[in-house]
Amino acid sequence: MKNISSVNRILIAICAALMISAYFTPLWQISLWAPQYPEGLNMKIWIDRLSGDVDIINGVNHYIGMKHIGVEMFPEFTYLIYIFGFIIGFGFLAAIIGKRWSLYAFFAMIALLGIGVLVDMYLWGYDYGHNLDPTAAIKVPGMAYQPPLVGYKELLNFLAYSGPDTGGWILAVAGSVMLYAVITEILKSKKEKVLA
Amino acid sequence: MKTKLWLLAGAAVAMALAHGCKPKGAQSALSGDAASKVYIAPGQHDEFYNIISGGFNGQMSVVGLPSGRVFKILPVFSVHPENGWGFSEESKPMLNTSHGFVPWDDLHHIAISTTNAEHDARWAFGNANNTPRIARVDLTTFKTVEIIEIPNSGGNHSSPFITENTEYVVAGTRFSVPTGDEANRDVPIDTYKENFRGTISFISVDKDHGDMEIAFQLEAPPFNFDLARAGKKKSHGWFFFSTYNTEMAHTLLEVNASQKDKDFIMAVNWKKAEEYIKQGKGKKVKAKYAHNKWSEDTHMATSVIKDEVLSLDPRELKDIIYFIPCPKSPHGTDTDPTGEYIVGSGKLAAIIPVFSFTKMLKAIENQDFEGSVDGMPVLRYESVLHGEVEKPGLGPLHTEFDGRGNAYTSFFVSSEVVKWNIETLQVLDRVPTYYSVGHLMIPGGPTGKPHGKYLVAYNKITKDRYLPTGPELAHSAQLYDISGDKMQLLLDFPTIGEPHYAEAFPASLIKDKQVKFYPLEKNNHPRVLKGINDARVEREGNKVHVYMTTIRSNFRPDNIEGIRVGDEVYFHVTNLEQDWDVPHGFAVKGANTAELLVMPGETSTLKWVPDRVGVFPFYCTDFCSALHQEMQGYIRVSPAGSNVPLKYSTGVAE
Repeated sequence: MKNISSVNRILIAICAALMISAYFTPLWQISLWAPQYPEGLNMKIWIDRLSGDVDIINGVNHYIGMKHIGVEMFPEFTYLIYIFGFIIGFGFLAAIIGKRWSLYAFFAMIALLGIGVLVDMYLWGYDYGHNLDPTAAIKVPGMAYQPPLVGYKELLNFLAYSGPDTGGWILAVAGSVMLYAVITEILKSKKEKVLA
Repeated sequence: MKTKLWLLAGAAVAMALAHGCKPKGAQSALSGDAASKVYIAPGQHDEFYNIISGGFNGQMSVVGLPSGRVFKILPVFSVHPENGWGFSEESKPMLNTSHGFVPWDDLHHIAISTTNAEHDARWAFGNANNTPRIARVDLTTFKTVEIIEIPNSGGNHSSPFITENTEYVVAGTRFSVPTGDEANRDVPIDTYKENFRGTISFISVDKDHGDMEIAFQLEAPPFNFDLARAGKKKSHGWFFFSTYNTEMAHTLLEVNASQKDKDFIMAVNWKKAEEYIKQGKGKKVKAKYAHNKWSEDTHMATSVIKDEVLSLDPRELKDIIYFIPCPKSPHGTDTDPTGEYIVGSGKLAAIIPVFSFTKMLKAIENQDFEGSVDGMPVLRYESVLHGEVEKPGLGPLHTEFDGRGNAYTSFFVSSEVVKWNIETLQVLDRVPTYYSVGHLMIPGGPTGKPHGKYLVAYNKITKDRYLPTGPELAHSAQLYDISGDKMQLLLDFPTIGEPHYAEAFPASLIKDKQVKFYPLEKNNHPRVLKGINDARVEREGNKVHVYMTTIRSNFRPDNIEGIRVGDEVYFHVTNLEQDWDVPHGFAVKGANTAELLVMPGETSTLKWVPDRVGVFPFYCTDFCSALHQEMQGYIRVSPAGSNVPLKYSTGVAE
């Protein structure tokens, strides 16, 4: 396969480096507002842990029988650091290799990671919002409390928001830059084929 | 002839209109936009915190200005059933004294801590007038965190006034009393002049943590000390105390202490006193007093009884005390924001004397004395006087400043506030108060940087101001706008207790520094529970310790059996919440104390001695959640000597 442009090689290296930020910044945030919580309750999801008002959210949610949110709830925390490590390592390798297949593979990994994380989040949210304690104090017929995957959603007296946090946005930028690199390479290869 | 007729006609008209010309009430004093100036729209905050003494209720109240809304009653020297202050085992030591547990006092004055003569609003100090004490309140938690008793004192009235960097809080005795050993204290009252002393205590304040110590006591003559103010800026290093009864009478003071034309303002050079202490000139004397501290680490108070103080005798140690003659029975002694002028308020005087600090120093340098008291020089009145305010009103009490060169003096007898210029001594404006004003207050007024926007008068008599409530009426505060040339009444609001002095400072100084909850991991109470799994009940002889947790919306344990009549049951309640504004209450039927109100992350203990057999409910008193009513439990009490096993549980039966 053909070599990629030196610009794209540099971009791959930059994106791999950007992904390191995932270890130092929160990736995702879930926020809740209610009349009695005008300042909002905020939970941040990191690569290997949770932070923010988790205890308060648990305190509020136990009335409707939601599970106690804790690190033990997320087996992902134990292996996500290795998946990220592998992809970042591969990214630097791809920059050195400098072939189109290495770029495509790197982009595919990022894309799969992103899709995987969103699917995982959705499944967790579905379970968290539907699988309620049958002895809970407050039962609203037909009500589920699945948090929004991305964006805002009203859940009883709470307005819930879910979206990327600092690290998530950095990853999104990395993914977009890689998408750009992939597109330029594809266009270039088409041009080459026409010329050939 | 014509003139005479006109005069007659004029007189007739005047008589006809006399009724209509009767001065109108407060309604006419209000102009149309007053309401909008004190209206705080929902969701908005007041501009100033106003910390007001509660007088005979022993508490402080926290009020917003300009709205006049009460936010909190803050217990200091009085037990407070609302939150268990003085009833919980942890807070009882705060009210300990050398006389034992004293659950009430008479809190007169507020001092807000300052740095460089400006409010830093880290702490509020308050005095106990009856059983002399000084308290310190932490303004991040609005909790009384330290109380120190003042020995050799009776009627701690000229207190707690502070120096410009809060180096010292003073406690001047109102009543002079015999001091020293027991033998020295058992003396005939009519040996007043020989055996009584008027001690002034200087209490040092740790600049980082606020911890107080009695640094030294000055043995002043047996006068009555009324009020005080520290010098500031150019007069920093000096303290000024007003005195009455310089006649040294000991009976019917109404007559006998009003004889002299002039009493004194006592000027104390505390820097000089510090020098003498460094030179080892002070002497340790026996004195028993309690020093109580609250720990936010263990959520409990400790009380230590101390047994000596450092005493300085200004009859021997010269240059500490000078007397400024001041007409007549001075009440307030107030230093202006520049520190140059000292305003005396002779409550029986027809003028207001204003003294000059510069002239005072010069008079001391020139030894311009007109006499002495026990070897302490009395300065010549005319040499120290900046000037007198002529015909200000009747019964001047207190003076505050707006930072624009104006002074505002309250007049008790003529029920008014009078504004005058400090330099020219001209009266500029006067407004009536409703009625009989005592203290008055301008935000930042006693500091070097007043916020000259509002003035509040604290009145002793209310009469027709509010809906009547039987023989006892609310005391009244009145808010005036002083930003213009003329003072304008904006608002009446009732106060709690009998307010004396108050101070106000910008809300922005502290509102973002408030403690919202106590982190559970930092709770080092010896009986703390860190989670629900530790909840338990343990018996030690006839003492039963219930280790209980609260969280929305349950107690653990909530069923307890095996308690016997006559047991001492201690409920150690830990509130596991880690969220702002979620205290839980705890009350048990028949308890002879009060409820507990346990802050998030705090541990608090209630003692209960069941006196009869039965099943006793307990419940949460603070509406905590939708299931607040369900937050309850039962304790079974069996006869003394019964062998019902100790048992406790939560949530297993059903």
